[in-house]
Formats: sequence, C-alpha cells, structure tokens
Amino acid sequence: MITARSAGLVGCRSCGLVAPADQLTCARCGAPLQSRDDTSLQRVWAWWTVGLLAYIPANIYPMLLTTQVFRTKESTILEGVLDLMQHGDHLVAIIIFLASVFIPVAKFVTIAFLAATLARPHKRETHQLLRLYDIVEFIGRWSMIDVFVVAILSTLVQFGSLASINPGFAAVSFALSVIFTMLAAQSFDSRMIWDQLQDGPAR
Amino acid sequence: MVNTDNIRHTAWNECADLGDFGMSEAKQIIACPVCDTLYAIDDEIAAVPTNCRRCGHRLTYGERAAIAGVVGMAFASATLMLVALFVPFLELSNGGRTISTSLVHVVAGFSRGIMVPLGFAVLGFIILLPLLRFLLLIFSLGPVAFHKSALPGAAIALRIAIALKPWAMAEVFMVGVAVALVKLSDLAFTDVGVGFWILAVAVLITAYQETFMCRHTLWTELNRAQQ
Repeated sequence: MITARSAGLVGCRSCGLVAPADQLTCARCGAPLQSRDDTSLQRVWAWWTVGLLAYIPANIYPMLLTTQVFRTKESTILEGVLDLMQHGDHLVAIIIFLASVFIPVAKFVTIAFLAATLARPHKRETHQLLRLYDIVEFIGRWSMIDVFVVAILSTLVQFGSLASINPGFAAVSFALSVIFTMLAAQSFDSRMIWDQLQDGPAR
Repeated sequence: MVNTDNIRHTAWNECADLGDFGMSEAKQIIACPVCDTLYAIDDEIAAVPTNCRRCGHRLTYGERAAIAGVVGMAFASATLMLVALFVPFLELSNGGRTISTSLVHVVAGFSRGIMVPLGFAVLGFIILLPLLRFLLLIFSLGPVAFHKSALPGAAIALRIAIALKPWAMAEVFMVGVAVALVKLSDLAFTDVGVGFWILAVAVLITAYQETFMCRHTLWTELNRAQQ
C-alpha cells in the first residue's frame, strides 16, 4: 500500500487531491496542506483536559431549576435521570443517561486510549482503532440532547411563581464540555493509526 | 443481489505506478483523507461507488447527478428551515392558558443573565450553522449545477460547508424536543405545532442529502467549473 507521504507527496485532507510534498496550500480547495499533523496529539490532550475540567462542574451544579408553587427544586444531571426513572419514563431516562452520562464518560476514556496508543508504535488492529475514532467523532454531538431539553423547558414553562423552569450553571459547563471534547476528537490525525503500526501481521 | 465486495475490488485502482503523476488529464491522483493511501481515479471509476482498500473510507459515491441533488436539497432545507422559524413550534396549555411558541422564541428564552452565551450556542447549533451550511453549498455549487462558471470564493465556501457538518445539530435538537415533551407531560398539556413537522422534514432531507455528498465528485465538478 503506497501512501502519499512514502511517494514524496502530500494529500489534501479536505478534498483528497495530491500535491508535491513542499506545497503549502491545496490547489483545488485552498486548504492548508500538511503531510502529518505533528501537533495533533498535543491539541487532543489540551482539548481533552479542558473538556474534563468543564465536565466536573457540569455534574456538581444543578442543570435544571424547577419552581412549583413557590418551591424551587434543583436537580443535577444524574438527579434528572433518577426523577425520570421514578416517574416511570424509562425510555427517556435511558436516552438522557446515555447522552449525558455514558457517552461523555466513554468519550473521555476512548480519546485518552487512542491518544496514548498513537503516541508510540503499536501492534493493534488498525480497523478497530479506526472504528473507535469514527464512533467518537460521530457520537459526540448527540450529548447535546440534554442542553437542548433544558433550553426548551426553560422557555416553555414560565407560569410565574406557580411553575417555572430555569437553566442551571451545569447547562453551560456541560455544553462547553461537549464542544471541547468534539474539538479533541477532531484534532486527531487519523493517518497516525497506520503510521504508528509496527511491523506485525499484514495490514 | 449484487456482490458489492466484488465491485469495490475491481473499482479501486491502486496507484502503483506514479510515473504519470501530473501528466495524465483523465486520471486524478488522490490520497485517502483518512489513511493517506494513494489512488488514481479516472471518470470510469468515479462513476461507481468505491471504498479505500486500507481503511474503508468512501472515496467516491458514483453519483453523476450529485451536484444538482445537493444544491436542490440544500435549497429545500434552507427554505423549510426559514419557514419553521416563525410558525408555531410547540403548544402548551396549563389551566386554560395556552402558550404557542415558535422556534425563535424557544431560542430567545435563553437570553437572560449568564445564560446568554448558552443561548447563542443553541441558536448557532440548531439554526444559524445549518442555514449557513445550506447557503454556502448553494453559493459554491449552485452555478456549477446550472453549468455556469463558479463564483470567486466557491472553493473556500465548499470547504467551510463540509467542515461545519458536525456542528449543525438540528437533528439532535429534534430528539431534545421529544424528550422535553415527555418531561412536560404531567405539568401541562403539550402538543407539537406545524413548525416541528416542517423542521423534521428539513432534517430528513438533509440526512438524505448527505448520501449525495461525494467529496470527490463535488470537488472535481467545482474544479472544472472554475476553469
């Protein structure tokens, strides 16, 4: 399998067109050309860290402030899931649990695993690494569900002191956490998966 | 049942001989954006679906009518989205009072205090970025679809439109609406308005449009129209 780099060329990651290795911008789409993104892992870890920092207050502070008959109840992400569970809305509870708890945690673990694996030569199955990378890139945006739910609820439910719903601080930090981890996933240079493959089983 | 595996293996054309790089008009040398493997792709190969042999990335969709499809659907989605902004999106009644909210109101509800940045983010993710994406696609590929020469800046516009894809979250928002309705069910009587269904159609059209977004075809055609 010949890669653009081994042929002394550089491939555009935006449109695919190949150019001589010393060319700086793509002739077809104007994207900056770089044979390999040397700072990729640094940026992954930087976004990963701020994402994790934002995820901590997102779980400690309330996501939703519900006022009903002059009493205000604060609920964090997890309390919101438990409320739904007790209420009997199991399907919705599972959706919110997956989007707000399982996916973010799994993303932190997976991005860290990929970044650690690709930092040095590896002997893993390239297809499995690529699949992990694809899943992480695809699934990140779906964590935004809960933020949108809070947005809709707090706009709709404004019946004064009888019943009103307001977003809590966690809504902001959770949204930021999702954005930062999406940027972390996008910072990966997928070509490293094959570059770092040690001579082992074919492909 | 067509054996697609077979098609893939005869269709890809690994670039073993790079001697003709830059010489051949009909063949284009491209590198897989995911794994950097080189391929020589000519018009014949671009007319069928091909995947990268090493990483499986879809290299060509084999859609000749891709451009017209992408532009048409971007136009339809943008129009539907603009309409959906101002018609009733959700309806809520509590003790005789009925509130009807448009999508604009849903987003504007966040415009208080520390939630302002969040409001802007939601506005961007569900309305501005999807709309911007459609407009960029129409701007860059619209003239190409009508066999006119491309406008200046078309390449940058197409590149931004492709890069914006993960940040346009209208479909995630739709799931959020469904969840919010369930959460509200014991507090008030809720119903979805016509705006909800219009946005749902726009989301479906966009999802279908993605299946036409063959980067190789789009860039080849745009390149042709720029010359």
